[in-house]
Amino acid sequence: MPSETLELDVTTRLGAFDLEATVELPLDGITAVFGPSGGGKTTLLRTIAGFENARGYIAMREEQWLDSSRRIDVPPHRRPVGCVFQDARLFGHLHVRGNLRYAARRALPRGTTVDEVVDAFDLGPLLSRPVAGLSGGERQRVALARALLTNARLLLLDEPLSALDTERKADILSYLETLPVPMLYVSHAIDEVALLAERTLVLADGRVRAFGATREVLERLDIQSITGRFEAGTLVLARVVEHDAQYQLTTLDVDGQRIVMPMSARLAVGELARVRVRARDVALATARPEAFSIRNVLSGTLIDLVREEDSPFAEALVEIGDQHLRARITRAAADDLGLSIGQGVYALVKSATFDDSPF
Amino acid sequence: MAELGPIWLTAKLAGVTTLLLLALGTPLAWWLAHTRNRIKPAVEALTALPLVLPPTVLGFYLLILLHPESAIGSLWVRATGDSLTFSFSGLVVASVVYSLPFMVQPLQTAFAAVGRAPLEAAASLRASPLDAFASVAVPLSARGFLTASVLTFAHTVGEFGVVLMVGGNIPDETRVVSIAIYEHVETLRYADAHVLSAGLLAFSFVVLLVVYSINRRFPIHAV
Repeated sequence: MPSETLELDVTTRLGAFDLEATVELPLDGITAVFGPSGGGKTTLLRTIAGFENARGYIAMREEQWLDSSRRIDVPPHRRPVGCVFQDARLFGHLHVRGNLRYAARRALPRGTTVDEVVDAFDLGPLLSRPVAGLSGGERQRVALARALLTNARLLLLDEPLSALDTERKADILSYLETLPVPMLYVSHAIDEVALLAERTLVLADGRVRAFGATREVLERLDIQSITGRFEAGTLVLARVVEHDAQYQLTTLDVDGQRIVMPMSARLAVGELARVRVRARDVALATARPEAFSIRNVLSGTLIDLVREEDSPFAEALVEIGDQHLRARITRAAADDLGLSIGQGVYALVKSATFDDSPF
Repeated sequence: MAELGPIWLTAKLAGVTTLLLLALGTPLAWWLAHTRNRIKPAVEALTALPLVLPPTVLGFYLLILLHPESAIGSLWVRATGDSLTFSFSGLVVASVVYSLPFMVQPLQTAFAAVGRAPLEAAASLRASPLDAFASVAVPLSARGFLTASVLTFAHTVGEFGVVLMVGGNIPDETRVVSIAIYEHVETLRYADAHVLSAGLLAFSFVVLLVVYSINRRFPIHAV
């Protein structure tokens, strides 16, 4: 049985910048590529697609695309990948319909039809429009539809939804999740990554800083400096218990404990949801507090505490069931509470700090 | 009344030259627009030489290169039984060299403006390089092709020095409009010279008007 992976062991030099990546990516579902701008995310995708002059080895399901030692370098148009570029890159001399047909005519056999993508991305009203008049969000939808039409066996998406509004983005994300084709999805929006991706690859300064299950990667302390202090947080898996239409709240169950957040009608009761909790929105208590406005009190165990030198802050990691919450508190508070690893604590999260649409 | 012979010959020469240059200049312009080769500036300089050289210099070297005893000239004589000097074929060769920059430069600008991005998009949609060139680069450079063709045609029509050096003044063979005007003036037939000169003046103005109008409404660079 051939391995269902994309094997990468490549070096790409671009002037003073160089990308070095050695990683084996499982080919199912969505893998997020995350990191600061200039970190090499786009270069990685372009290297896989064959647009950069790379050295090393790339193989998908043991089909070699690049092997410098054997002078193999499959040209981009023969690699079965579909791309959505950051800047959409629609063809200006064709209307929207022409752009879609261009892809359909050259597609790999079997799969998506023009009608399907027109339907999925709501492109009907745009079909006879020239691309010059499209908005940024419209361009991205057409570009995504066009890439899907190639029936590629791997999709490389470079911030494909950055110009879309939240609602449309949610629609398209849930559609992407239903597709059988594996995707590499570049994003700088950590909430998007958290929601979408089973796995996350973190790139910074042209090096792979972390790779693994999204939840574990986003929890890792050593990528904090990369993901940015105020974005640091954790993903919590929670089951939707009920919606309260009167108070506009949704109750979720986290390993037997309840949390309440602003209502998100997109979630069905009983469904498993990934909720991102920012570290700075979590407070800690050593005893269960009472009579105050914070709705979410989760009891757990303190399993890590890092006091940051020359900084007012400390980062605490709390285990709740088999899940984790990160809390960003002051060093002074950590000392006053006498926090020590292994101790039972209560993590407090204000309901109002959940993003409007954390999903 | 002015003779139709030189007018027809001029149109034929300009038309053939434009077609040949479309075929030869397109790959050259494409290469110049995309290469990172170190010899690119040298090739660009060579291509631009006809812009600055006196036509007599160009004509002199072409005469040396093409005359029946030269390597190229004798080969041509053997192949066609015709001489490359003082013949229509020779004029075509000379015009191709002389008008080369007028085809290559607008095309190179157009190709460079299209850039690599749409070609990469085409490749990601499984279009081979040749397919991407024909289906994406050419339509996006359409204004460039039009400008280059019109300028090449017009510049060939306006050629004089090179024709005189390489082609001489043979009716229906090398006697194009500019040569005919020269001869009318030499022989003091000013009325005939007036007709042809005014015709060329009007033609050139209209051509340039068309080119500038195209480029105002549709800048060569694509979306």
